[in-house]
Amino acid sequence: MSETMLKVSHISKQYKLGQIGGTTLRDELQRWSAKMRHREDPTQKIGAVGYKAGETFMALDDVSFTVRKGERIGIIGHNGAGKSTLLKLIARITAPTKGDIWMNGRVASMLEVGTGFHGELTGRENIYMNGAILGMKKKEIDAKIEDIIEFSECRQFIDTPVKRYSSGMYVKLAFSVAAHLDSEIMIMDEVLAVGDMAFQNKCLEKMSDVSKTEGRTILYVSHNMNTIWQLCERCIVLKHGKIIFDGDVEKGIDCYSENNYSNEPAVNYEEIPGPRWLLAPKIRLLSAAYTDRKHSKFGTDEKIKFRLAWENLSRVKNVGLRVEIRTLSEIRLATYVLYDFYSGEADKKAELTAEFDPHEFAEGFYYMTFTFFEHDVRGSQADIECRKGLCFEITSTKHTGKLNWQPAKWGYLALDEIEALSVAEIG
Amino acid sequence: MYLLLTTSYKVNMEEHFKTHISSEHRMFDLHLRETFQYRDLIFLLVKKDFAALYKQTILGPLWAIIQPLLTTIVFTVVFGNLARLTTADIAGDYNIPGFLFYMCGNICWGYFSSTLHATSGTFLTNRVTMGKVYYPRLVAPIAAAFSQMIAFVIQFAMMFIFWMFFLIKGGTGIQITPRLFMIPVLVLHMIVLAVGFGIIISSVTTKYRDLAMLVGFGLELWRYGCPVAYGLQLVPEKFMGLYMLNPVTPVITTFRYAVFGFGYFNLWYYILSVVMSLIVFLIGLVLFSRIERTFMDTI
Repeated sequence: MSETMLKVSHISKQYKLGQIGGTTLRDELQRWSAKMRHREDPTQKIGAVGYKAGETFMALDDVSFTVRKGERIGIIGHNGAGKSTLLKLIARITAPTKGDIWMNGRVASMLEVGTGFHGELTGRENIYMNGAILGMKKKEIDAKIEDIIEFSECRQFIDTPVKRYSSGMYVKLAFSVAAHLDSEIMIMDEVLAVGDMAFQNKCLEKMSDVSKTEGRTILYVSHNMNTIWQLCERCIVLKHGKIIFDGDVEKGIDCYSENNYSNEPAVNYEEIPGPRWLLAPKIRLLSAAYTDRKHSKFGTDEKIKFRLAWENLSRVKNVGLRVEIRTLSEIRLATYVLYDFYSGEADKKAELTAEFDPHEFAEGFYYMTFTFFEHDVRGSQADIECRKGLCFEITSTKHTGKLNWQPAKWGYLALDEIEALSVAEIG
Repeated sequence: MYLLLTTSYKVNMEEHFKTHISSEHRMFDLHLRETFQYRDLIFLLVKKDFAALYKQTILGPLWAIIQPLLTTIVFTVVFGNLARLTTADIAGDYNIPGFLFYMCGNICWGYFSSTLHATSGTFLTNRVTMGKVYYPRLVAPIAAAFSQMIAFVIQFAMMFIFWMFFLIKGGTGIQITPRLFMIPVLVLHMIVLAVGFGIIISSVTTKYRDLAMLVGFGLELWRYGCPVAYGLQLVPEKFMGLYMLNPVTPVITTFRYAVFGFGYFNLWYYILSVVMSLIVFLIGLVLFSRIERTFMDTI
C-alpha cells in the first residue's frame, strides 16, 4: 500500500446566505435602524425573497476521503455540488467550518492559470513571478526555465511584456509554469478548458506523465468527461455537498449522469413543449413507449422494440425517422434511420411500431432522440419534429465471458469480430 | 510552523503528515517560518512593484524625488517663510536650515504614510491572487513595505546630498555624530509601526470598506499631529505628554536628532513609542492571521 498523501476527514463548509461583509458601515446602520423601527430592510434587493437572518448553506457537508500517492482523481458533480469549495479548502484559500485536512507535501493549486501575471512584465519575468506565487524557489525555477519556455511554445515572445500576448499564448505560458511545479499534490479546476485542442492534449499527457513517472497526486475538477477519462483513474462524485460516489471513473460518470436517465418505459409528450429551434414542426409526437416490457433494460441478444404515436399538424409526405443514440454524457454515438415510412393528411393521428438490434452496444446507459424529417420539393431534407426520447440500459455485451469491455477506452460500440482469413507461423 | 506545531500531537495517526488544515484556529498561528520560506516571492513582488510603477514613464524613479522635493519647497515657503512657524525642536541658539528640516520630516512621514497606505490594502488589492493560490498572506504586506523602501532610499540619498551641502557650507548647527547609526533602528521602528497599523486596517476592511476611505484623509490629518510642518518647540509644555502619545512623533524627532546631530531626544517617550509600536504590530499579526483564514468568504 503506498503512502497516504491527503486525508480529508469530516470536512464541512458553511456559508451564510444573503448580505455578508463587503458592505459599508452605513448599510449596516441603515439595516439596524430599519430593524429597530420594524421597517423593511432598505439595503435588500428589490424582489429578493427575504431569508431569515443567520440562515446558512452547507457547501460541503461531512466529506471524508483519502488519497494515496500517485492517484489521479477526477471530482465531478453539477454546478453548486461543492467541487470548487472542496478544492479551495485543500488549497488553503479558505478554512473549513468543521473538520480537518492532512497533507503530505506541497500543494500546487491551479484553480486559475496565470495567477499573479502582471501585464507589464515580460514572459520570462512572469514565469518567475508565477512560479514563486505557486511556491517555487528561485533556484528551482532557474533549473526549469528552459523546459518551461520550450513547453509553452512561446520562446519567440519570451522577452516581450505579456500585455502584448494573445490570450492563447498567455494561457500556454501560464499553464507551462504550473505543469512544471515540483509539488507532490496538484489540484486543477478546469484549467484545461482553455487553449487549443492540441495544447489541451499536450497538457493532459504531461499531467498523466508526471503522475505516473514521479508519483504525483492529482485532483482534477472538470465538467468535461472526456478529459476526466483521459487523465483520471478514480472518480469522486459530489452532490449537494456530499460524496455520493467514490470509485472507478466509468461508474462515477454514470452515477453523475444518472440525472439524465429515466427508467420509465414510456414517455408522454403531450405536456412537454417541443424544441424551439424547430421552425416549422409539421408533426407533433404524442408518445413513445417500449412495447414488450415495463422497464428499460435490454440484453444484447434482444431487440429494442418501440411504438411512437403522433399527430400531423399539416400535410406530410415521405416522412423519415432518425433515432439518434447518445450516451448519458452526451456523446453522440450512432443513428438508426428509417426512410419514407409515412405520408398523411393534416390532423390525422398515426402510430409506428419499429425495432432495432442493439447487439453492438457496450454495457451502459443510453438515450434516444427521435427526429422526424421530410424531403421537400428540391430534394433536400428538413426536420419536422424532434424529441428527446426513451432511455435504455444495455445489461450485457456480446463479449460477456470472453473480454471485459472497457467503453471508456475502446468505445461504446463493440463491433463485430474480425474475420481471420489465414493464420500461419512464418520464418 | 503552524503545520508542524499542530500535527505533532493531534490525532492518533500511523502516518505523519506534514500539513494540517483545521477548522480550529490558534491565536498565535502566525506562519512566520513559512513566510520566511517564501522570501523569493517577497523579492519578486518588490521587483514587480518597482518595475510596474515606473514603466512607460519618462522620468522613472526620478518621480520618487520630485514629490518630496516639491512638498519640501512648498512647506519651506508656506510654513517657513509665510507662517514663520518655528523649526526648532529644542530651545537654544541653533541655526537649522528650514529646507533640510522640512525635507527630513517629509521623507520620514512619507515613508510611514505610504507604507501604512500600501499595507492597509493588502486583502483588497490582492484578493484576485489570494482567491486562487495559497501563499502565506503576510508576504503581501511585507513586500509592500519593502517596495516603499525603494522610494525611501532614493529620497534619503537626495537628502544626504543636501545635508552634505549644508555641512560643507557651514554656519548651521549640523554635526556628524555617531547618532547617525540610529537611523537603521528608526527605519525598522517605522516599518513595524506602519505595517502594524496597515494590517489591522486591511483585516477590518475585509468586512467594512469604510476604513479604506478613512485611511487617505486620516493620514493627511495625522501628518499635522506630527512635528513635520513645525518644530517641537511649538507644542506647549503642558500638552507635551499628550502630544507624545502619538507614536510617530518620537520617531520623527529622533530621526532629526540623528541626522542633524542635535535636537530633541527623550528616552522615555521613545521607549513608549517602541512599546506602542510592538503592541500594534502584535495585534495586527494576530488579527491578520485570524482574518486570512476565511476572508475570501466575506470580501
